[in-house]
Parts: sequence; structure tokens; C-alpha cells
Amino acid sequence: MTPFTYAKPSSIDQAVQLAGPGARFIAGGTNLLDLMKENVARPAQLIDINDLPLRDISPTPDGGLRIGALVSNAELAWNTLVEQGYPLLAQAILAGASPQLRNMASTGGNLLQRTRCLYFYDTATPCNKRAPGSGCPARDGLNRNHAILGASPLCVAVHPSDMCVALAALEARVIVRGRSGERCVAFADFHRLPGDTPERDNTLADDELILAIELPAPRFAAYSHYLKVRDRASYAFALVSVAAALELDGSAIRTLHVALGGVAHKPWRDAALERQVVGQPATADTYTHFADSLLRAARPLPGNVFKVRLARNAIVRALIQAQRGKCQ
Amino acid sequence: MSDCEPLAALLPIQLTVNGQHHLLQLPPWLTLLDLLRDQLDLVGTRKGCDHGQCGACTVLRNGRRVNACLTLAVMCDGDTLTTIEGVAQGGTLHPLQQAFIRHDAFQCGYCTPGQICSALGLASEGRAHTRDEIREGMSGNLCRCGAYSNITAAVEEALPLMNGQGGCRP
Repeated sequence: MTPFTYAKPSSIDQAVQLAGPGARFIAGGTNLLDLMKENVARPAQLIDINDLPLRDISPTPDGGLRIGALVSNAELAWNTLVEQGYPLLAQAILAGASPQLRNMASTGGNLLQRTRCLYFYDTATPCNKRAPGSGCPARDGLNRNHAILGASPLCVAVHPSDMCVALAALEARVIVRGRSGERCVAFADFHRLPGDTPERDNTLADDELILAIELPAPRFAAYSHYLKVRDRASYAFALVSVAAALELDGSAIRTLHVALGGVAHKPWRDAALERQVVGQPATADTYTHFADSLLRAARPLPGNVFKVRLARNAIVRALIQAQRGKCQ
Repeated sequence: MSDCEPLAALLPIQLTVNGQHHLLQLPPWLTLLDLLRDQLDLVGTRKGCDHGQCGACTVLRNGRRVNACLTLAVMCDGDTLTTIEGVAQGGTLHPLQQAFIRHDAFQCGYCTPGQICSALGLASEGRAHTRDEIREGMSGNLCRCGAYSNITAAVEEALPLMNGQGGCRP
């Protein structure tokens, strides 16, 4: 690990004042310290935010839930309000990492996880995300785990989080504070596609700190499902994952939300396409048609052509499971 | 860490490990795992992958199981830690340790301290009741000898004896 200085501010304002290009906030540290050991991240200063008052899970006036950035992944998944109102979120969190890591990893940090692309991690190889302009060996190399949607010529990395896929389907909001004040970011606008600047995973400014995630009032507790497809049954990143959430009017679809993990630089959703299925019968045929439409934009790489079919089947299965009721 | 790092980089830290209080001066980049092994001579906590993937370094931090390799020691200021050395009470093995012996739940033994600390954490979480839930709950601990079925059997037998507690010092 490259040496660094360490600060532990006692207020949010203090933390934000310390922030800057050479500094990184640290909460759980499960991803950041790993990246520092690999010399992929070399912050000059770590700002330990664990003394900040960001550990509460509390109801919001609009019937939703505000989750402090320092709530651990395990606490969040096992919170009664989450289990009851947002079983999709609990299920997605418990599908990720290991129990030890979930005890350590924070809610805010989960959003800021970096890709597990092998080339990003290997400082002996080029990588446009790690060293802008150096090239992308994944495009013509080992790309089985890489993106099939929304990639750019410069980067085909995928976002690794399970929790974020559920948060995308649940239309969470991210509350952030920087030196110029606080703002609320729609989840769809928090992460970004790689485009010409793959070094940027999200739309946070250098001085901005995630304070909380806000969930709207529960709508999908009855019909939701998180399906994760991976190379082993536990403790592996997703090849493809699906967060499926439904509201039903009898046998018709009132609302359908589908977010995909493991396929793009951010949790993948197409809200316009979702609106087109409103009023249609909640059947496997509808779901299959929806999945085919969603994946029409897929541009697989030589090593991950299988992901298109896998994603299609996973979407259909997740929606059927969701329709059966109560996260199972 | 280079030899010419200024001493000013050292930070004062207080820790309680297995009931023993420590006052330490530590550089910020020292992991909890390296502190335990290299400075406190508690080498029961193993360094396997050093990247949070194998679970050999699992310890209990304020009662919760964590990977010591991905924890900075300076971030544990004021914390209470239990390592494998603190699990037995005097000369009496913890019921979980006895179950590991009874079920032959190890071969080389390298992962065992992490397995045991992880299972203590699993017990206090109170979420695993079936064999499948135990397997899932222990999935953060790899065993290259493949003693999984015996590890699962040992944990399954000991869980009720632990009464929802890790059964070790807080």
C-alpha cells in the first residue's frame, strides 16, 4: 500500500471541507483497501467518515425510507422495515459478497464499488478506466464477464453491485453533499455509462459525500424478485442479475420495473419500454416480448455472446417469480 | 511502507483484544491482520489471500465477523476484538471448537481459525437454522482441503449449544 495520511472528521461539514482530488472517503473500506493493496488506488489521504451521524434507517414523510450512508449492508438487509417494505433490496444485498464483507461494507460505499474487470485490477496491463488513454485489453481479450449493453469503444467494464440493481428498480434517490450544498440525485442519474471518460463511474464531484439513500414508499413488496446468475452458488459476482418488481391489476400489469446487473457500466433499465407494457396481461409471453425488446440494444463481445440469451431467460424467470408473490 | 516514513505518521490507538487492553502507535496503512500477526503475536488469525476473498483472517470486531485483511488497524480505535486465541476459556475449548474436533472439520487447519470465528459470528447473527443456511452463511470462508461437509456438520451441531450467542468474550 502506498503511504497516506489519515483524518477522522467529526462532522459532515468538516469531512466535505477535507475532500478533494487526492483524498478518498473511507467507510467499510472493503473495495478501496483492496484497490490500494493492488496499487490501483493511491489516495494521498483517507478521510474516515465512521464518526459521522449517518447510521440511521428512518421513515420519510412520504412513506418511504431514508438509509444513512454508513448503515452496513448486513444491517440494511436485515432491517425489519426493509424486509417488509422492500424485500427486493434485502434479497439483492444478501446475494452479494460474503457475510463478513456485508458486515463491513456501507450503503454509500456499495454505490461506489469499482468494476472487477481483471484488466482494471492488473496494473501491468493498459486500462482506460485506471489509466485514461492507455487502451482496453478487454475488448479483444478475456471479456466473458463484460458488458453487453451501453459500453463504449474505450471501456466494456460492468458495475459489480447487486444492491444497486435493486435500488435502480426501486427508483431510489441518492442524497449527496458537497461544499456548494446538498443535492438529490435520481438513481438512474447517479452511475454513468463509460463514453469517452470511463475513468468516471458516477456523477459525484470530488468534494461530494453520499449522506443517504432514500426509497420511495413501498409499492413492490408483494411482487418482486432478485435473480442472480453466477458461476457458483454463492460468493461470486453476477454474470447476469435481474431485479424485477411488479404491481398488478388483477391479471394485468400496472407497473413493471426491471433492472439488470452484470451487463453494463451501470444498473441497466429502460423506463420507456417498461411503460409500454402497462395494461398488458401479466404472462410469460408479455415478459418474453419485453425481454427481447430490452435486449435489442445488446452488443455482445466475442466472449460473452451467451449473456444475451442468459439475460433474456433470467428476465422472464425473475418476472414470473415476482408475479408468484413475496420474494422467494 | 518505506523506512524513511516520518514518525509523525503514527497514530495513537486503543484496542481490546481477547480481553487484553493495548495502547499502540500505528501507521495508518497497517491492516488489522498485520497488527494482530506481526505486532501482537496473535498468529492464529491467518493471512490467506489478503484480499477479502478467503475468510482465513476472520475475527470478531465488536462481536461482528469481519475480514481483518481489509480493515485498517487505526479504524478500530476503541474497539473490542476476539481472535481465535480468545475463543477457548482457559484450558476449556469452546463447544464449537470441540465440535470441529469431533467432526474432523479440517485437514491442514489453515482456514480453521477463520472458520471458527466466522461460525461464532454466524451464531450471534441468528439467521442460520438449516443446513443450507449454514452453508450459505459460511460461504465467506474457503477451505482448500475441501472439508466443507464436516465443517457444516460441526457448525450445525454447535449452533444450538451457542444459544444464539458467539459464546465468547464480548
